[in-house]
Amino acid sequence: MSILIIAEHDNASLKAATLNTVSAAQKIGGDIDILIAGTDCGGAAEAAAKLPGVRSVKLADSAEYGHQLAENVAPLVVTIAADYSHVLAPATTDGKNLIPRVAALLDVMAVSDISDVIDADTFERPIYAGNIMSVVKSSDAKKIITVRTTKFPACAEEGGSASIDAVAATGDAGLSSFVSQDLTQSDRPELTSAKIVVSGGRGMQNGENFALLDAVAEKLNAAVGASRAAVDAGFVPNDYQVGQTGKVVAPDLYIAVGISGAIQHLAGMKDSKVIVAINNDEEAPIFQVADYGLVMDLFDALPQLKDALD
Amino acid sequence: MKILVTCKRVLDPYIKARVKPDGSGVNLDNVKMAMNPFDEIAVEEAIRLKEAGSASEVISVSIGGAKCEETLRTSLAMGADRAIHVVTDEDVEPLALAKVLQKLVEEEAPGLVIMGKQSIDGDSNQVGQMLAALLGWAQGTNISEVQLGDGEATVTREIDGGLETLKLKTPAVLTADLRLNEPRYASLPNIMKAKKKPLEKKPLEDMGVDTAPRQVTTQVSEPAARAAGIKVADVAELVAKLKNAQVI
Repeated sequence: MSILIIAEHDNASLKAATLNTVSAAQKIGGDIDILIAGTDCGGAAEAAAKLPGVRSVKLADSAEYGHQLAENVAPLVVTIAADYSHVLAPATTDGKNLIPRVAALLDVMAVSDISDVIDADTFERPIYAGNIMSVVKSSDAKKIITVRTTKFPACAEEGGSASIDAVAATGDAGLSSFVSQDLTQSDRPELTSAKIVVSGGRGMQNGENFALLDAVAEKLNAAVGASRAAVDAGFVPNDYQVGQTGKVVAPDLYIAVGISGAIQHLAGMKDSKVIVAINNDEEAPIFQVADYGLVMDLFDALPQLKDALD
Repeated sequence: MKILVTCKRVLDPYIKARVKPDGSGVNLDNVKMAMNPFDEIAVEEAIRLKEAGSASEVISVSIGGAKCEETLRTSLAMGADRAIHVVTDEDVEPLALAKVLQKLVEEEAPGLVIMGKQSIDGDSNQVGQMLAALLGWAQGTNISEVQLGDGEATVTREIDGGLETLKLKTPAVLTADLRLNEPRYASLPNIMKAKKKPLEKKPLEDMGVDTAPRQVTTQVSEPAARAAGIKVADVAELVAKLKNAQVI
């Protein structure tokens, strides 16, 4: 077997999601190659070449791949996919945008968001917002897959010395173009790879009050997340959202503050190792999944928590 | 310009999914069903584009069993002009759904297809991207805003790091994220009117599409519930417990 991984990267370096995807590939077994498609992405390629167990890095460095437009990257993947039994990408917004387009071009049914590898053809994946786990066996000759990164450990970043081979670019499809991006600036760790996540919900009442969460997060070197209710109310940007349709996180510690615990939110965080809930409503469903529940007004609890962590 | 929208009939999002007692699948007997919430947002957006004068007709499509007609009537009550029901009792996979939609797009020649970004049952998030690939069209997934121009659409996408704006050549396939709009409720007069709007039925087997499954589900199960935790009395006890658990 041979596996092609579509790397998530920012041209200069690899994103953590790529490391989890390598672990999923190792569980399938076989030769592992990594595709770096981007613009001036030699730095990301060099980082990929150092990952342990990687055979070779395919480098497609060209202007049309700079913004990971699916219309441009999918034909590139199709041109090199012939050599592989499996094509994997992390189930990030980029991976989920790209992989089904690749699969349809290859006339393959993709397998989305796998949470475990049973064998080379059979995978576990969550359905119904993770309330049901299903095991699916694919009869397609080629398996085209996205990987739920929180379900696989990150591989080591050093130890390998793969070759880097240039791949011919496939050109601009002329269907789409990048206009702008508005990325949230934060000094905090990234939500999906942080060891500790502190999240706020509707109970935070407004965006300014998230400063109380930030103060606790800073003490813990934690990322800050939010429930859908808090995002819909405009307290924080969309990329804070944890849940079925936002980000899935599984940190060592998840602290849910002023979050009631709708099914859709639980879907995004219930694999966390330790869950803390702080809510003044002792009937809130979040307490049913919390290891430690504190029934208390969050406006009293958060300053006390910050002081206790000094 | 016509807009084609999709409406999948799914388990009501506020009902917890359960596995059938014999473990053969998810229990959908005698439970409340609803339009996939992301498809509702797609239908709403298409209607708003028509109300703004950017579209001439909104056609809603559902692929599935007899009761999909109810879901399509909901879309007609919201404001879609007519509906196409591709009738099948089979569980059709995303790739085959995309191929069926491709046929309908070739027949109807819409300038835009708007779909939910994923259905809340299978959570696959595939059909829109697959349809765009089969048609050779641009795709705007997870969109929170769309502006139509001359032969192009400018879309804002919700991505992992924030927001991204792309310009797409039209016709294109768009998939709706949560914050694209808030779908309206159908009024009673509109629900009555919807009963008279055209709803065409097409048997799946007449579509000329290979819908043979590529995947077989070998097992469904409910994940183990988390063990109940404890309540702590105050912040000091919480911090002590967390230190004890070595997570801080």
